[in-house]
Amino acid sequence: MTEAIAFLPPRADVLARRAEILGDLRELVPPGRLVEENNALVPFETDGFIAYRRRPLAVVLPETTAQVAAVMKYCNRYGIPVVPRGAGTSLSGGAIPQEDAVVLGLSAMTRILDVDYANRTATVQAGVTNLSISDAVGSDGFFYAPDPSSQLACTIGGNIAMNSGGAHCLKYGVTTNNLLGVKMVLFDGTVIELGGKALDASGYDLLGIVCGSEGQLGIVTEATVRLIAKPEGQRPVLFGFETSEGASACVTDVIAAGLIPVAIEFMDKPAIEICEAFAHAGYPLDVEALLIVEVEGSEAEMDAMLKAIIEIARRHGVKTVKECQSATEAALIWKGRKSAFGATGRIADYICMDGTVPLSQLTNVLRGTGEIVARHGLRVANVFHAGDGNMHPLILYNINDPDEARRAEEAGNDILKLCVDAGGCLTGEHGVGIEKRDLMTHQYSKPDLDQQMAVRAAFDPDWLLNPSKVFPLEGRS
Amino acid sequence: MADIYEPETEADAAAMIADAAREGRALAISGGNTRAGFGQKVDGAAFTSKRLRGIVAYNPSEMTLTAHAGTPVAEIEAELADNGQMMAFEPADHRMMMGTEGVPTIGGLFATNTSGPRRFVAGAARDSLLGIRFVNGGGEVIKSGGRVMKNVTGLDLVKLVAGSCGTLGFLTEVTFRVLPKPERILTLTWRGLSDETAVALLCTALGSPYEPFAAAHLPAGIGAEQPSTLLRLENFSDSIDYRSRELVALLAAHGTPERIEGEASVELWRDVRDARVFAGTDEAVWRLSVAPTDGPKATAAIAARVPGARWFYDWGGGLVWLAVPAGADAAADAIRTAIRPLGGHATLVRAPAAIRASVPVFEPLPEPLMRLTAGIKTSFDPAGIFEPGRMYAGI
Repeated sequence: MTEAIAFLPPRADVLARRAEILGDLRELVPPGRLVEENNALVPFETDGFIAYRRRPLAVVLPETTAQVAAVMKYCNRYGIPVVPRGAGTSLSGGAIPQEDAVVLGLSAMTRILDVDYANRTATVQAGVTNLSISDAVGSDGFFYAPDPSSQLACTIGGNIAMNSGGAHCLKYGVTTNNLLGVKMVLFDGTVIELGGKALDASGYDLLGIVCGSEGQLGIVTEATVRLIAKPEGQRPVLFGFETSEGASACVTDVIAAGLIPVAIEFMDKPAIEICEAFAHAGYPLDVEALLIVEVEGSEAEMDAMLKAIIEIARRHGVKTVKECQSATEAALIWKGRKSAFGATGRIADYICMDGTVPLSQLTNVLRGTGEIVARHGLRVANVFHAGDGNMHPLILYNINDPDEARRAEEAGNDILKLCVDAGGCLTGEHGVGIEKRDLMTHQYSKPDLDQQMAVRAAFDPDWLLNPSKVFPLEGRS
Repeated sequence: MADIYEPETEADAAAMIADAAREGRALAISGGNTRAGFGQKVDGAAFTSKRLRGIVAYNPSEMTLTAHAGTPVAEIEAELADNGQMMAFEPADHRMMMGTEGVPTIGGLFATNTSGPRRFVAGAARDSLLGIRFVNGGGEVIKSGGRVMKNVTGLDLVKLVAGSCGTLGFLTEVTFRVLPKPERILTLTWRGLSDETAVALLCTALGSPYEPFAAAHLPAGIGAEQPSTLLRLENFSDSIDYRSRELVALLAAHGTPERIEGEASVELWRDVRDARVFAGTDEAVWRLSVAPTDGPKATAAIAARVPGARWFYDWGGGLVWLAVPAGADAAADAIRTAIRPLGGHATLVRAPAAIRASVPVFEPLPEPLMRLTAGIKTSFDPAGIFEPGRMYAGI
């Protein structure tokens, strides 16, 4: 039976000094940038992983790197845990605080500092939302490639913490492949800069280890990211299949043929129904599985690539091929896909899994997922990035029914173990957070984890930064 | 005590390293040792992966390949080519430029993060690296990453170990992403442009939707008498026709480029990739990493301080290969002083051992980064047996 996920016990000395700490923090940030009232703290108790919540000691919302540094220096001096927070959209509990922690929120740092088209870079504060970078440079023919579904809300700082992906990373890579530099504050308040507009930095790849470190190594306050020239055109096409197997086999064959579309998204029947009811995107309802394949380039190039893909799809018994006729239709197709989580949330509570598996295992793991969820007496909708094997089963349950909640968590754990056993990993783009923390021993041996924790300790020797996350609480060195 | 260790299995390597750690014996890690002379000289017993050979798994439809670290790069490239695939980062072979012999290994490629002309679009070697197995300085076998494209499970040790030149661990196995080979390759070459105009041309092209996969500029006397500005397109044949037409129109102000295909194009880029133009000379060779538009500024500042300097640009201007008279210090001070205001950095790739002993080969780091670097080194290799001093003194 799954135990509820534990947090580190709050430090009694910190809790006892709350009033004093609040007084000190008030001096370190501008008026209105310290949140201390109980009601005002409620929105910071959880993130996108709503099954767990903890009220923090306080929340600070600094406006400058210097203020972040001052808060960090103070918290380090008095041994106060710090939990960084972007927009709080983490699906793995990466931003859920704890009772003795100061939440360091970046929502007040939202300026775009520099756009350099000749060198194809943008430098932004960490609280800038993912989509606003593309919005700022779009009319000049550029975009920022990683596009998590939460891109309207999620921040670049959060994206860096989780090494976020999105639908289009099949071609353009995830955050780590699109990040050139950061300014960040270490646990003791030291401000450092890693990378910059040059492609390579000297020495060890510190930027590479910071990206995806889930806020355990420091607080990123500014980021320099790669801008990419927009393609001449983009066209998503819907492919409806009578079986999930047919759709999966089509994905493998498209890749094997050397055709790399920008995105290949997969939805099963429950997901199609949920998304269509919400977005009215024109998804076919008489199929078992749907692929959204996006190609880009000139009109002629897109035609040629689609022709080749359609040929492969035919070999796998595709039932419906629907090319969109206008930009509005194309936008609707993506709206349906990107609102999958939100649309699911309208009909049930859900836990979203994020395992990645080798492409050859897609069919097996899909089948196994269905069996696991059925065994726990629950329902599942599958919507995921098929081109890179990143699965997103949404396990539907009722959060107010403790037994269902327990079964949902158990089913989720079983699915992730299945992904690891199939040669994959626990999380492709959502991060470990607290959600998958206690499964880390399934993927990694003790020496593997000890090595990672030793690196962590080189950045944060006292484990004050986001301390309840990623590594199992047992066996920490 | 053997002077050369050549483990044949990962378990052997782990046992040998555990022994060395217990006895505090330094090890000089290598694959084929084709980059001997890169970094500071290390006093230690040679410890090579060259007997850890062979492809472990390769499934073309998953676009990943797993190999033992000592597998020759050529063996892997041949296997990939048989399946119409290639490594995304266009691995370089620096034997001619470094004046070394030996067989380049896949482990050595990733340990030095050696990336070729495609780097600015396809990422560095480390961006292709999905998973590794290595032995840390305590003799423990560690795995990180895996064989899937997307993986954010725990800290990304893969990135740290790639490019650490053996100072953090002894690689035993690597899994990396591969890509389909393009149907056709075409190089467009403009002649006679100044450095600044050439880099402006390259920046315009790279900011266009026509996706050049390589962008270099060779000033006069580098490879040819006239300066050459090169853009390489890779795609389906019809796309090449279309995109080259559009690019030529976009860049019409710079004249009409020559079109180079086939073996001539392959050779041209091999020379750029491997910096062959600097092979066999007495000069010291540097790599400068800067923002592309700063490339010509950096070389102008260096030319003003260092007589006899010559150079060429890759990565759209962002990588400068620079050769200078070796002199007493390979012009280290002049070069680093010139590029510091631009925010770039310089690595001394080739110089006599006596110069390397007195000049930091890697750009010196600010104190907080040095502290983190030292902490990371200790976390992997507490006894300090892997390549002591190769990258930085005390690391």
